[in-house]
Amino acid sequence: MLDDVSFDVPTHGISAVVGPNGSGKSTLLRLVAGLLIPDGGTVEIAGAPVSDADQRVGLVFQEPRLLPWRTALDNVAFPLELAGISRQERHEKARALLDLVGLTSFARAYPHQLSGGMRQRAAIARALARKPQILLLDEPFSALDALTRERFNAELLDIWQRTGTTILIVTHSIAEAVFLADEAVVLTDRPGRVAARVPIPLGRPRAVDALDSAAFTRAAATIRAHLSGSPDDIAAQEAAAAPVHDVLERAGAPAWFDPFGGGSR
Amino acid sequence: MSRRSPLLPVIAAAIVFVVGWKALVVLGNYPTFILPPPEQVAQRFVEAWSDGTMWPHASATLVEIGLGFVVGASLAVGVGYLLARSRLAERLLSPYLVAAQATPVLVLAPLLVLWLGTGLLPKVVICALIVFFPITVATMVGIRSVDRRLLELGRSLRATPTQVLLKLELPAALPQILGGMRVGVTLAVIGAIVGEWAGADRGLGVLINLARGSLFDFPLMFATLATIALIALTLYLVVLLVERALVGAWR
Repeated sequence: MLDDVSFDVPTHGISAVVGPNGSGKSTLLRLVAGLLIPDGGTVEIAGAPVSDADQRVGLVFQEPRLLPWRTALDNVAFPLELAGISRQERHEKARALLDLVGLTSFARAYPHQLSGGMRQRAAIARALARKPQILLLDEPFSALDALTRERFNAELLDIWQRTGTTILIVTHSIAEAVFLADEAVVLTDRPGRVAARVPIPLGRPRAVDALDSAAFTRAAATIRAHLSGSPDDIAAQEAAAAPVHDVLERAGAPAWFDPFGGGSR
Repeated sequence: MSRRSPLLPVIAAAIVFVVGWKALVVLGNYPTFILPPPEQVAQRFVEAWSDGTMWPHASATLVEIGLGFVVGASLAVGVGYLLARSRLAERLLSPYLVAAQATPVLVLAPLLVLWLGTGLLPKVVICALIVFFPITVATMVGIRSVDRRLLELGRSLRATPTQVLLKLELPAALPQILGGMRVGVTLAVIGAIVGEWAGADRGLGVLINLARGSLFDFPLMFATLATIALIALTLYLVVLLVERALVGAWR
């Protein structure tokens, strides 16, 4: 499934793994979470190898996976309940987490009473319940429509900033990877290999309008080239794109844009 | 939409039933030993309950049903879980389960009375046996259909096997298990009556035999039948209420 995949996620940073469906992205996350054991190689968190079902990670699955017979509050408190934390303490913590993800008034709602986005927010709160060192997200918003997805990504950044956790997110959306991450790890199709590690030079905090900046477009183009093309094409494309982008950025406006009828020449 | 009481159709159906019964008696001109009219049965019903004829028999039957159901249902949930989780157990046990289910209780009952005497025990065993199969199957199906993704969640949170059972598998399978219990509880009533027919000195089954065979009191026989039906209805309602309390909110 995966072959020679090697990269690191900086503490308190956000890394995004981008790859086509079937490139082993979910497998990669399960390796990091200690749900699968690699045939070879190691996965380490803060220098210590990952153990079976490692509790230093918080996992958010593709679907919310809430327990339908529990309220939002009891779902968020579930990991704490399994760890044997007293009812009062876990409810207190779960309430704080629901506040963090903006579900304060839905504590007593059952999953079927929540919208898809609210369910996924509850799932994020649950993943944060044991204060993980790293939050793993497996295409968490793929079931949501494009607009809701943008909003949720902005909310995720907000949660990240307030908790200071490290995030590793897996996605097949280039835009999502660029918007969220400090670095995008591009995986190739089966077997999944690291095609490139693309740094994303966007400042923080990022708002939704970062999606329209030139730096965003360029990072997205580089990732797309690595996803689809051979290395030679990519080099050529980068060489061709760079001067154009530089000119555009220096000018701050398209060259043909001249409202005063060319008087300056 | 007008908001009518949910009891209204129930009452309407009861009225239709009683009127139809009375019409049958009048039109067919049946004698009492074939089909007594409803008012005579109702009168005998009230009489039998107020003069203390019915209660000792009804209480005996209720105890048999209660014990038999609890024993049968507990065993069934355990075995159903085992069958769902172990292929070997399924291969070893399922032929016997099906065979036991296919054997008529009417045949088993006299044997059990022969082996275990005419006391409470054979009736409890018969009730437990008859309750066992539907609840076992319901539990097996329920546990098998637990979402594997929820089990992976449990594993990722390092849930212990006991926690997986109590906090994931059983709650997830509960709707199916309760559905099996709803079927089981009405069967338990049949089991108790059949057990009593095979040999007993107390119980509603005994009272039916007495009323028909020695007292020739046919209204009493029908009043006993009505009592049995009411017991079955009440038990069914109890399971339904438990179901609503436990899984009503999230389904």
